[in-house]
Amino acid sequence: MSTEQENLENLVNRRYEHGFVTDIESESLPPGLDEGVVRAISARKNEPEFMLEWRLRAYRMWLEMQEPKWAHVHYPPIDFQGISYFSAPKSDADKPQSLDEVDPKLLETYDKLGIPLHERARLAGVAVDAVFDSVSVATTFKEKLSEVGVIFCSFSEAVINHPELVRKYLGSVVPQRDNFYAALNSAVFSDGSFVYIPKGVRCPMELSTYFRINAANTGQFERTLIIADEGSHVSYLEGCTAPMRDENQLHAAVVELVALGDAEIKYSTVQNWYPGDEEGKGGIYNFVTKRGDCRGANSKISWTQVETGSAITWKYPSCILRGDNSVGEFYSVAVTNNYQQADTGTKMIHIGRNTSSTIVSKGISAGHAQQAYRGLVRVMPQADGARNHTQCDSLLIGKECGAHTFPYMEIKNPGAKIEHEATTSKISANQLFYCRQRGISEEDAVNMIVNGFCKEVFKELPMEFAVEAQALLSVSLEGAVG
Amino acid sequence: MLEVKDLKASIGGTEILRGLSLRVDAGEVHAIMGPNGSGKSTLALVIAGHSDYEVTDGTVEFRGKNLLELEPEERAREGIFLGFQYPVEIPGVNNAYLLKAAVNAKRKHQGLDEIDAFEFLKLAREKMALLGMDPKFLNRGVNEGFSGGEKKRNEVLQMAMLEPSLAILDETDSGLDIDALRAVAEGVNSLRAPDRAIVLVTHYQRLLDYIEPDHVHVLSEGRIVRSGDKSLALELEEKGYDWVREAANG
Repeated sequence: MSTEQENLENLVNRRYEHGFVTDIESESLPPGLDEGVVRAISARKNEPEFMLEWRLRAYRMWLEMQEPKWAHVHYPPIDFQGISYFSAPKSDADKPQSLDEVDPKLLETYDKLGIPLHERARLAGVAVDAVFDSVSVATTFKEKLSEVGVIFCSFSEAVINHPELVRKYLGSVVPQRDNFYAALNSAVFSDGSFVYIPKGVRCPMELSTYFRINAANTGQFERTLIIADEGSHVSYLEGCTAPMRDENQLHAAVVELVALGDAEIKYSTVQNWYPGDEEGKGGIYNFVTKRGDCRGANSKISWTQVETGSAITWKYPSCILRGDNSVGEFYSVAVTNNYQQADTGTKMIHIGRNTSSTIVSKGISAGHAQQAYRGLVRVMPQADGARNHTQCDSLLIGKECGAHTFPYMEIKNPGAKIEHEATTSKISANQLFYCRQRGISEEDAVNMIVNGFCKEVFKELPMEFAVEAQALLSVSLEGAVG
Repeated sequence: MLEVKDLKASIGGTEILRGLSLRVDAGEVHAIMGPNGSGKSTLALVIAGHSDYEVTDGTVEFRGKNLLELEPEERAREGIFLGFQYPVEIPGVNNAYLLKAAVNAKRKHQGLDEIDAFEFLKLAREKMALLGMDPKFLNRGVNEGFSGGEKKRNEVLQMAMLEPSLAILDETDSGLDIDALRAVAEGVNSLRAPDRAIVLVTHYQRLLDYIEPDHVHVLSEGRIVRSGDKSLALELEEKGYDWVREAANG
């Protein structure tokens, strides 16, 4: 083995730097799931009757559903009775009203993650609804948002304070029985974020939520609902990190977006959950349902994601292009290293006239990782003038990894214009040598090449996020060349 | 500046360089000629530190340092530049970005501050004008979709920006039309300096009409079989490589 390879392997073996556990006593329910647990979750959150009924319906549907097996991922069976379905920081009963009241240890955790909540909020003008182990503990900039009528709060608060909106829109994009994990989420979701942008309002700041999984062996079931009323505009950022641990952690979130006429939602994610160790032990199972509904004419929903974490990712942020002239976009960078597995992509469902969608997927595999792009473009018979452009590129680093592409097209309107481009490339030894001969270290060269590969997606991210995403990529891939 | 002694190197178990010795001093221009497969490119790649080649014997010293102990990027930062025969394409990576990263890697090594963006652009534009390159090249992907001539000019641009102590140009003339050849040669000539050495690896004498070498070496079967001044190149052109082979074997 050449020294070059040895160096690379050392770099690959870097530890996950956000691996620590905060010592806050969790008030968790014991493991297991039955109707009693669903009722207990609802009761603990003082939910109105309709919410409990909704959860129970979902639970009963879930009981009859099968875990999906079609994804190109492999893992031991999940014991759903071995998971605790609720954990909250101890201060749940008496929620802090401001940062001063927040448990200082919690704030310390954010500091370690490089997320100084108050500073970030003040400096960047970002309202942060921080989800720590399922329960929102701090919401900032609420006042500024409420001046223009924007509602940005935890899902639990929304259920109490805006039941009419929750009732109207919850499950209207991702129904309870949509899939196994969506049904599970619907039954036991603990908390999440709720956003409502009123008619004609352009949200004055980017809305941001940091998720963090903390309590051991606790499934995380966030629920996010964003509604952009007619002619409104919102950009929402989601970012995650998680501490190191041994058991696999199940994460099954549901995100629903509703864009009414002329409204626009931009949803950006940087996902950095613990991917497991060098042998693939531990790590998060990330089975997420994300879907946006362009319900009104001329509406637009844009998903941008940078996925570097999780042991297993199963995720297809999708757009239903119902309104005429509506636009759906999906920009994705997915990085898998070591023994990570990802089956990710998108669905674009063209229903309205002159709807258009763009898919740009960049997959990077290193180590023994396996990655699949799975994308569906469906054009319904009435969708005259539908257009789609799909570009799906894979970059392989090393010899042991794999990239797979599963494009599905169901075109029922003969006038649709569909384009699909796909490439697979490798970072070649010659490219690296070329850069090194110019004095650039191998690590920097890999970063440079990978960033070049991902450029089209990064430019869709808000500036601050783009910088974070590049940093994250270099951490994920350091020395991944062999 | 460069002292190669009894160098033996192989790739995949096949010995290519079989005891090659070469001395290059500051201010000199050397031409290394030889038939295909004689080891010209191997010599260039071994000096640059390509990991496909295994050095089995001999020494390579650069300004008194044992070059064989250094990583390729360290050699580059010490002032060794290789103009590639086949420059690779790096899609999506901005040409200016690579160039700036390279310049800064070297500056950092020398204990200098990073070059600021304004100064960098000014310098790059100057050098490009000299080489007859369109400034738009800076914003294109590295060698992405470049013609053969454009790639070679880009190599010379990088060389001009990095101001190496030792520049090895591997078949920089191959695939160039006469205008491109002239532009590239002018670029190289403008970089001739008392504190810099240039090694031209070439198959044909043609390049030497434009860049006049101080020394010419003929390589055959992994060894330098003949050295002389520029008249050797002309003699070679006239008599062909068989003449050298016969001389080497006889």
